[in-house]
Amino acid sequence: MAGRPERGAWVQASEIMLALFLRDIRLSIRAGGGALIGVIFFLAVIVTIPFGVGPDLNLLSRIGPAILWIAALLACLLGLDRLFQADREDGSLDLLVLNGDRHMLALTVLTKCLAHWTGSVLPLVVAAPLLGLFMNMEPLGIGATALTLLVGTPAITFIGAAGAAVAVALPRGGLLISVLVLPLTIPVLIFGVSASYGAVADPAPFLQPFLILAALTLFLAVLGPLAAALALRHGTD
Amino acid sequence: MRLIAENLGGERGGETVFSNIGFALEKGEALIVTGPNGAGKSTLLRVVAGLLPAARGKVLLDGGSEAFPTVASASHYLGHLNAMKTALSVEEDLGFWRAFQGEPGLNVEEALETVALGGLGHLPFGYLSTGQRRRASIARLLVSRRPVWLLDEPTAGLDKASEERLARLMRGHLQDGGIVVAATHLPLGLEGAKALRMGQVL
Repeated sequence: MAGRPERGAWVQASEIMLALFLRDIRLSIRAGGGALIGVIFFLAVIVTIPFGVGPDLNLLSRIGPAILWIAALLACLLGLDRLFQADREDGSLDLLVLNGDRHMLALTVLTKCLAHWTGSVLPLVVAAPLLGLFMNMEPLGIGATALTLLVGTPAITFIGAAGAAVAVALPRGGLLISVLVLPLTIPVLIFGVSASYGAVADPAPFLQPFLILAALTLFLAVLGPLAAALALRHGTD
Repeated sequence: MRLIAENLGGERGGETVFSNIGFALEKGEALIVTGPNGAGKSTLLRVVAGLLPAARGKVLLDGGSEAFPTVASASHYLGHLNAMKTALSVEEDLGFWRAFQGEPGLNVEEALETVALGGLGHLPFGYLSTGQRRRASIARLLVSRRPVWLLDEPTAGLDKASEERLARLMRGHLQDGGIVVAATHLPLGLEGAKALRMGQVL
């Protein structure tokens, strides 16, 4: 075609996906976007724990990384139901699927996951060091936990996308998504927490569980969007 | 380029809604699908777009170009829903679809002028009236080029002047060698369009 630019397909695809990324980020920070729900939930859980556990500072610092990880995991699951449902309700999902013939639907899903993570989960990771102080954690432990959250939470979003795609047609699918997704996120939680402990407790290693965590994220970055794309393509009605 | 449907059958929830539907549209031809509620007009359009699997038969695009190899990649789909975000401004919505759908056509400003929404692009989509929302959604057909337009009740909520404007847009699209398949129960003002009446005993 005459007007077709000669730029590489990769450049074109990345521009298209950047447009989708920016749209989803914009939507998440506008009214009704719900980007803050996760971080407020995270804050509420972490602030309540010391009151429940009591003033034993050693105990708090020992369970700190685990509590941060569990709270972050649950907060990640909170906004997932809207990932595709919002697009389905206004008809955008039909067009996203229709355009899947032009650029892979899995790539569209991956972009939506990254936008969701940046908008709703990255604030958790940023807030984690501050909340680590509530748990009387030492600076090294706080840094390690924040780092493992940064590397591990995208995996939760990628698995969650597959759950969200399966439950996209259900009006109140939020809880179902959590139940579907939670067992699959357990390995991420285990390696995330053990790497965080590895940084502070001496005999336990940090690097090995951390690398496995990174591998899990990379693996799920491929598998999650592919599964979600398959579910979306067969779930349109 | 030809859009061909052969012996098409559609299902909703296991119930056959229609069967044995067939048509072939050349460049510049339009098909108006009419019929009572529940006759399967919307289902037919979704099957043609590939958003629903065909229970029987198939849809194919004969002689598609490099840019539009398949029916889905060659189609604009305007459904009941407008596919616009209420929290974004009309410009942002259209700008996104223009970038995402590829094959850019008119720019956002021109497209809004064409549907008589010029100067309203800065408003959030949620502030528009029903008819204005439909017009903004029609502008989406103009910001990226697609040879096949699949329109489901495109005139829903439009006033008389907007209906005529839409008819002009569709005529222009047909003159440029496009194909229009529209489900409607109102006359769309397209002369020489083929007609498909659904919901009759076959």
